[in-house]
Amino acid sequence: MAIKVLEEKCTGCGVCIDDCPFEAIDMVGDFAVINDKCTVCSQCIETCPFDAIIRTDEEDDEHDISKYKDVWVYIEQRDGKIMNVALELLGEGRRLSREIGEDCNVCGLLIGYETDHLIDELYAFGADKVYQIDDPLLKNYTTDGYTKVMTDAIREYKPEIVLFGATHIGRDLAPRVAARLDTGLTADCTRLDVKTDTYIEYLEKNTTLDTSKIREKTDDVNLKQTRPAFGGNIMATIICPKRRPQMATVRPGVMQKAERDDSRKGELIKVNHKLSKSDIRTEVLEVVKAAKERVSLTDAEIICSGGRGLGDASGFELIKKFADKVGGVVGSSRAAVDAGWIDHSHQVGQTGTTVKPKIYFACGISGAIQHLAGMQTSDIIVAINKDPEAPIFEVADFGIVGDLYKIIPQIIEEWDNAEALYDESTKTKSQTKSA
Amino acid sequence: MGLKIIVCAKQVPDTTEVKIDPVKNTLIREGVPSILNNDDANALEEALRIKDKYPDTHITVISMGPLQAKDMLIECLAMGADEAILASDRKLGGSDTWATSNALAAVIRKLGHFDIIFAGRQAIDGDTAQVGPQIAEKLGIPQVTYVSEFEMDGDTIIVKRALEDGYERIRLKMPCMLTAIKELNKPRYMTIGGIYEATKKEIPVWTAEDIGVDLNTVGLEASPTNVFRSFTPAPKGKGIMIEGDGEKELARNLLINLKAKHVI
Repeated sequence: MAIKVLEEKCTGCGVCIDDCPFEAIDMVGDFAVINDKCTVCSQCIETCPFDAIIRTDEEDDEHDISKYKDVWVYIEQRDGKIMNVALELLGEGRRLSREIGEDCNVCGLLIGYETDHLIDELYAFGADKVYQIDDPLLKNYTTDGYTKVMTDAIREYKPEIVLFGATHIGRDLAPRVAARLDTGLTADCTRLDVKTDTYIEYLEKNTTLDTSKIREKTDDVNLKQTRPAFGGNIMATIICPKRRPQMATVRPGVMQKAERDDSRKGELIKVNHKLSKSDIRTEVLEVVKAAKERVSLTDAEIICSGGRGLGDASGFELIKKFADKVGGVVGSSRAAVDAGWIDHSHQVGQTGTTVKPKIYFACGISGAIQHLAGMQTSDIIVAINKDPEAPIFEVADFGIVGDLYKIIPQIIEEWDNAEALYDESTKTKSQTKSA
Repeated sequence: MGLKIIVCAKQVPDTTEVKIDPVKNTLIREGVPSILNNDDANALEEALRIKDKYPDTHITVISMGPLQAKDMLIECLAMGADEAILASDRKLGGSDTWATSNALAAVIRKLGHFDIIFAGRQAIDGDTAQVGPQIAEKLGIPQVTYVSEFEMDGDTIIVKRALEDGYERIRLKMPCMLTAIKELNKPRYMTIGGIYEATKKEIPVWTAEDIGVDLNTVGLEASPTNVFRSFTPAPKGKGIMIEGDGEKELARNLLINLKAKHVI
């Protein structure tokens, strides 16, 4: 595939040049010309006001992809305990398999040693089938051991889709398996679609992309794998049209688990394997559990930031307590640094650190432009401020107007109850619905 | 004979400098500098530390990309690498991670014997963390990813591999592929002398033909994955103001909303 500019339609307006994320378009004479840096991201196709840019598709039927069926989920377990992301993927895999068709199953691939006690849990969370590979050599994760048994199983049973959690183990195993099978792999997905309808619905809700061209091909059932790229500045949807299985790693915490149903049963397939000790070239000397070290602002998943609204330096004691509770890092606005309440190393913003955590708590921060520049691409922003007119509320996903000295202690107190509170709220909602 | 180490490096746009135009909702890339990928700097640093200890170690930095990636390779030479090679060819353009690993594995085969390959865990523009393991697969050597500590004793290597909730200690033999994370070390700066020496060195540019790679396994058309669409997320509108009677209820309603978004 390649991107092509139709000279007869190109007016040389240059809009595509400004828009290309990869500097892959040059103006040569009066026309736009695609250069070597093109990644076929197709942004220019959507941008061109004159429909002068097209993609040239070339099909090949070399690989018979019709023989592949079912959705497989790699069931990552550590120390005999299933990782949460594997259950999330069973939920997502179930949804996708139902989109593909009635005879499509979602299957857990369980690799390890003495894992029988985990099988019922997999059925309860939605697995139609469990493929189990059990051997003393598979007690600890090793790249060589797990890659071998997994690729052999995929070759034998031919799943259409294989999903992994994007954990340190999933991101070690998946590329190795994909390379051995000579198929594609998409990293760190945050959304998956099979049906074009649901994909278009997603695009229309979340982007300004023109979807009319996708509508022309609604029978497309390739797995559309959407992920952040370019440091999270753009989203890209990746497909793997000619090879099978279609493989993806998926970020933990994004997909939804199915509701646990212990009455659900499934089919167990014990997979034979030919693994021997000499296949494994690394030796795990020890596995050590350790508390997460305090990370820097740039890497923090949660940041609790305080500003002028704290009133004085002692306010950061509360912010610190808050950060400790939620496993976050303490940040601050420039105003709090200038007041001498906290060290500059905590400052978030244009002249401080640019951050992009999963949650940014802005406590007593008004939201000056220079602060916003350093944190507004955070996934979720929560603002707590006395002043309902504070500009911070313009960028916040959730805002609370009130006294942070009263609200934060309550958040700390209730933090561990979040799951129970949420479950209760969904129950009340469904009750009111049915009533 | 000294150790032969290969370091895989990539020139990337500094994505932390990228901003979104709030009006047009597009990427602003003016003034975004191209840099040596962060994790790759850690990979090179670890190789240099081995060379500090065993001066007869030979370090070759390899990269694939457009000709401007030479600037990044000069930086690697100025830090202390012995040689640098750039695979650059239109036929290699548009490669996904599978195709890229085929090309880089071909470069490494052409170089001949090696003991250790260091790569960065992932590049900041793509964040896939796939090319290192896929090169190892194509070369048929063992790998350890997320390396945060490195020790060497003869031809045996002991590394710490970072996990989300701790770490593993792993022993393996050379030859092998190790991918570095930033906890591994602190990359050194270029020295004035190093820069002077580096600019005198020639950086060979190898074409697809030079590396002898099967053209059906590299480039855009051979790549199993394609970009179907790419887009900037729509700017988000004003958020939700949490309501509630008293602080406790406000706090609870906030947590319910965060839970519904799957962020906690």
